This record gives sequence, structure tokens and C-alpha cells, in this order.
Amino acid sequence: MSDINDKDKKNQVDEKETSRREFLKEAAGGTLSAATLAAGAGALLSGKDEAEAKATWGEWFQKNYRIMTDEEKKEAVDRLEKRYSEEYGKKTSVDSTPAQEGVLFGYALNIQKCIGCRRCVYACVKENNQSRDNPEIQWIRVLKMEKGNFLQENMDKGYPDPAGIQVGGNAYQNAGVVLEGEHYYEPEQVPEKGHFYLPMQCMQCEKPPCVKVCPVRTTYREPDGIVVIDYNWCIGCRMCVSACPYWARRFNWGEPNLPAEEMNPVTHYLGNRPRMKGVAEKCTFCLQRTRQGRYTACVEVCPVGARKFGNLLDPESEVRKILEKKRVFRLKAELNTYPKFFYFMD
Amino acid sequence: MKPIIRFGIDSLLYVVRGSAIFYGWLMFLGFFMLLMCYGAYEQFTQGMIVTNYNDQVSWGLYEAQFVFLVGVAAAAVTVVFPSYVYHHKKLKEVMVIGEMLAIAAVSMVIIFIMFHMGRPDRLWHILPGIGIFNWPNSMLAWDVLVLNGYLALNVICGFYFLYKRYIGQEVNKSFYTPLVYISIVWALSIHTVTAFLINTMPSRPMWFHSMMPIKFITTAFSAGPSMIILSFLIIRKYTKLKIADEAIETLSQIVTWCLGIAIFLGISEVVTELYPSTEHSFSLQYLIFGKHGLSGLVIWYWASVVLLLGAFFMLLTPKLRRHHGFWLPLACAMTFAGIWIDKGMGLVVPAFIPSPIGEFSEYTPSAIEIINTLGGWASGLFIYTLLAKGAIGVLLGEVKYAEKWNLASDWQPIVHTEETYK
Repeated sequence: MSDINDKDKKNQVDEKETSRREFLKEAAGGTLSAATLAAGAGALLSGKDEAEAKATWGEWFQKNYRIMTDEEKKEAVDRLEKRYSEEYGKKTSVDSTPAQEGVLFGYALNIQKCIGCRRCVYACVKENNQSRDNPEIQWIRVLKMEKGNFLQENMDKGYPDPAGIQVGGNAYQNAGVVLEGEHYYEPEQVPEKGHFYLPMQCMQCEKPPCVKVCPVRTTYREPDGIVVIDYNWCIGCRMCVSACPYWARRFNWGEPNLPAEEMNPVTHYLGNRPRMKGVAEKCTFCLQRTRQGRYTACVEVCPVGARKFGNLLDPESEVRKILEKKRVFRLKAELNTYPKFFYFMD
Repeated sequence: MKPIIRFGIDSLLYVVRGSAIFYGWLMFLGFFMLLMCYGAYEQFTQGMIVTNYNDQVSWGLYEAQFVFLVGVAAAAVTVVFPSYVYHHKKLKEVMVIGEMLAIAAVSMVIIFIMFHMGRPDRLWHILPGIGIFNWPNSMLAWDVLVLNGYLALNVICGFYFLYKRYIGQEVNKSFYTPLVYISIVWALSIHTVTAFLINTMPSRPMWFHSMMPIKFITTAFSAGPSMIILSFLIIRKYTKLKIADEAIETLSQIVTWCLGIAIFLGISEVVTELYPSTEHSFSLQYLIFGKHGLSGLVIWYWASVVLLLGAFFMLLTPKLRRHHGFWLPLACAMTFAGIWIDKGMGLVVPAFIPSPIGEFSEYTPSAIEIINTLGGWASGLFIYTLLAKGAIGVLLGEVKYAEKWNLASDWQPIVHTEETYK
């Protein structure tokens, strides 16, 4: 088939409001060129109309962001800006600011101050354009911890053996930091008596297991220490979801539901731009903000100042001061993932 | 016409012609394959939301089939190894059927991988050259490599052998024998790598132990040959290819001992985990006894225990093991089902319960998952039926190259008399 013919037929199809069934019928009849058929397949997969299928098709062919040339990055960003602006009906910017020299981002969280209000969770959802429901995606989970309750009357309720009690009656109850998954608490008021809170999110490991297991290198560590995902390159195998010891990764099981009026139009390619179905996502330390010298949304919203963020390479940064002055710990330090997310107490 | 084209045409014509039972069987499988087309359409258009997967349990029924079927594929080696290393004549005669099973099993693995992926449309991202292949870092990349290599080896060995039989020539040993030996080692590698795929993640303590590869191999070498025995018994019943008792006896002994070792490894795991019962044993506790009121897999686990122990003791008894009419097929079916539970849902799902932050949540497959899984199995059995039928036709000499057919050569079609059969 000649090029001219090819274009003509493509245009014809573009003009028509072809329903999927008609489209398939025509495709089956062999009236379409291979390229249009392929574009149609893109439309079928994304379940969108023809105009968008072209954008989808362009995205489908693009390389992994990490190895794109500057021109290719610009092309990809322009395409996305156009598509998002149309889709959400507002001017959307897709930033591509790279990691800044001399910066290694780190985070410190004061578990003594945290009151478990989850404002960070919702600020994060709002900032980072997570799917609101079905699937509901939240990058931060706040775990409720027991302070521990030891009772005299439990003393002889343990596992007895003839010569005494082998397992104490106060066993099998938690005290202090232990990951028992209590993150659905719904009290009238926080903080609750006898409890404290431990928020978790992506730890931005220096040695991230999720990056190692990714078969297509779509998730990788940026020079400023943030582990990012090229959502357009992800094949949805969920190796990273399984490999993460902090349960930080979320998966778009279906097409994300992001209401246009709630969509945050200030986005970054590797950060909070709207995602598609079938890809993984997670906290990126709000790189769309932090690479512009701002705080993350969760730091900004925290009413008690429990969250601290800064450049680990700068001895004067708040986070470095905390490492200097406070007793800090990392979660699951025995796994040698070297998180850049620290916990501390006053 | 070139003999290779004739081979294709003759085989095809032979394969599509059969008895009413044969067509009935294919239509039965075809029904589930059609259902799968619907399921696949739903899943590929709406996304994996049509499954019951979630962020807590992000692998489920599909990955269970994947892990199990890699084992079935690897188990072709239980036919190839005795044939070549121990010169088991009776097995060597029908070795190609084992290779056909391997091809069918790898095809099923590929089907389940497609269902596993959130973005099957982006599969090309993994192709070296046009995509990025994170090798040697990613275990999944290794798995892709060994599985495709294994598929290629079996396709080459199997079809080369059949083609040579078809045109009435001996195989070229300097080409064929090295490939067979490579495929023996390769078979072990596919299951070892699949074990490494999941046991190299400390985030999932239930998987995180070095016993995984050997347990995978022993369970594979009990479930796989069980299926081969069953198919051999069916072939003996419905075709003229009389597979010798000796071949079946060797395979059932392999099943017996591998099953014995698998049971021993299973007990070792349970004792090692439950004696100290640290939080790393929570998954196993959930599987075996249920935990925090959740007990969806308990009945499956104990069913698997009963099936495997029962099958093991039946196979240990020579009289039952050699009873091809009832006890051997029963023991094989029990082994197959028991391992399917043990290495499928019983291995994949509990590793996600609790989640790495300690959350217990239960998972049951959705209707779409179930029809896709049934369809995947039906597709595999469909492929296996056709491949095995073609192979049998060549072995029997019913599919042969007519013009140059030379009966004076050393080669004889395998049609055993009743004496050799008994």
C-alpha cells in the first residue's frame, strides 16, 4: 500500500466517530492499513476514543524515560501535557526537572509527635493525583501502635508446665513499635489513649530491592536518591510490589478514578502525573515540589511538625541536624535496604 | 515438495482426524478456551480490577498456575534423563511425548504470565534490543531467559526427532545428543530459577529460605511424571502405541521417591518455622491453622497433606503401584492434585498474608480469574493433545514420508505385541 493511500485511510478513520464494533468489523474486512489497525488496538486497550488513541499510540512507542534524549523527553512531555489538558479540561504542566547536583533527599519522622490524624495521607492523595476510589490508592499508611498493657491478673494465664509457667500470661500482646498492620483505625478523636502512631511510606532506600527485581528497569533510583517509576514503561509484573519490605508500592488494578476538578495540574513526569491502569506507583518525596525547593505535601500539612525533610548532603539541613542530635532508627534495618526515611523521638 | 513441508501437512492432517471421543474431548476443551476469550477480553480492557487481587495479595491464582506449570514443564526431564543417562530403552522410545508435554506446559506458563501482567500490551519492553532487559539483576529476566530457552530446546529436540522419524532416517547424533543433555540441565535450571524468583525476597519470609529450589524440583518431579504416567495410560488405552510397563514402572518409582523427599522437606519446613514460631512463621500458621479468624486456605492445606501422604503410601506398595487399572492412576491423580495445591495456592497466596506491614487479609479468586485459569489449562491440554497425537502418529509410522519410505532401514515402528506390553 502506498504512503498516500495509507494517510488517506487514516484520515478517513480519524474523521469518523467509529464505535469499537464498527472499527473491528472494518479492521477484519481488511479496509484499514496496518498502522491504523495498530492505533485502533491501542484504543481498544485503553478504552478511549480515536483522538486519544493517537496519543496513546505515541506513548506506547516511546522509550524508557531514563534513556530518552532531551528531544525525546520534550516530545513525551508535550504529548502528555496536551493529553492531560484535554482530558481534565485544565492547563496541565508536566515538569521534567532532573535531579539537582549535590542533593540527596532524606526524611525524618518524629513518632513522639505524630498524633495519627492522617492529614498527611489526604494531602498526599490530593497533591499526587492518586486514584480516589476503585482502586483507592494512598501512598502513606499510618499504623497504630499499642503502648502495651501488662496486667497482674494475666500472670497465671500463660502456658503452664508442671514446674511453673513456660509462656507468660502477658505474652501475645504488643508493646511499642511492631508492624502488626493496624492501619484502619477510625476513632472519634486522635490521639487515642494507650496508643501512638507510626506513618509509613516509600523509604527511598539507598539499596532498593524493588529496583533490583524490575525486569525492565522502569523503576530506578534517581541521582538525588528518589526511587522513581516511568509509568509508561511499566509492564505491571508487580515484582516490585512483592519485593518491597515496607509495603510502599501500590498498583493501579483498574483505570484510575481521578475527578477532573480534584486533579492537581502541576505535575512531574516521574512524579504525580496521572497514571494509567496496570502500573505500579508510590511516594516520590513529591519530587515535583522538592526539586523546586519546596517541602513535600505531607511535611507542609503536618499540624504537629512531626515530619522533617531536607538534603542529607547539607550539614545545616534540618534532617541532618536530627541525625546529629536525636536517636534515630530505620524500619527493618536488618534487611540492609538503607532507607533514607528515619524515625526519631524527642 | 520439500519433505519438511510434507511433514507439516501430513502431521496436520493426521492430527485433525480422530474418533468421536477425540473430537468430543477437543470440543470440551474448546468450550473453556472460548470462555477464556471472554475472560481475557474483560481483563485486558478493564484491567486487573476484574480479579480479586489487591495491594495486600498482589499475586494469586495465575501465579500459582505459573509456578506449578513450570514444574510440570521441567518434569519432561524425568523421561529424558533415564532414557539418555541410564539408556532406558522403553522410555527412550516414547521420550518425545515427554518433550511434547514440556512444550504444552511452557505454553500454559506463557498464557498465565500474560494474565499475570498488568500491561501485557507492553510485553515488548522486555525484549533485549528494542526494550530493556534487566539481566542479570532481575530474577524475572533470568526466568524469561531460561523458560524461552527451554521451550526452544524442546521444540528443536522434539520436532527434529519426529521429522527424522517421519522421513525414515536416524537422528544425527552429533547434533541431537548434545542438545538432549543440555535440555536435561536446562530443565533443572527453569525450576531453580523460578524458585529463586520468589525466594530471593526477604519481604516475604515464607518464601525466604534456601530449601525452595530443591523442594520445587522434588515436587515437580512428582507432579510432572504423574501427569506423564496418566497420559501414557490414556495413550495405551486409546491408541495403538503400546507403551511398555517398564517405562511406566520407572516413572512411578521416580514419583514415589521424589514425593517422599518432598514430604520430608515439607515436614522440615513446618518444624523449622513452627518450633520457634517467630513472626516469620505467620504465613505458614495462617496456611496450616488459620490466623486471626482467617482460615481460607486451611482446608486446602490439609487436603494436600492427605492427598500426598495417601499417594505416597499407595505408591510405596508395589502391588498398588503396579496396578495400572485403578491404583496407579489414582495415586498419580492424587499426587498431581496435592502438589497443585501445595505449590500453587498453598505457596503463592499465604506469602502475602500477612503483608510486610503485618496486615492479615484474605483472598479468594474472582469468577474471571477462575474462567481464565480453566481456559489456560484447557489451552494447554488442547496443545498437548494435538502434539501428542502427532507424535504418536509418527512413532507408529502412520505419519510417514511416502516416496522415500524405506522399510529396509534399521528403524522399526514401535508397535509392541501384547507380550512386550505385559
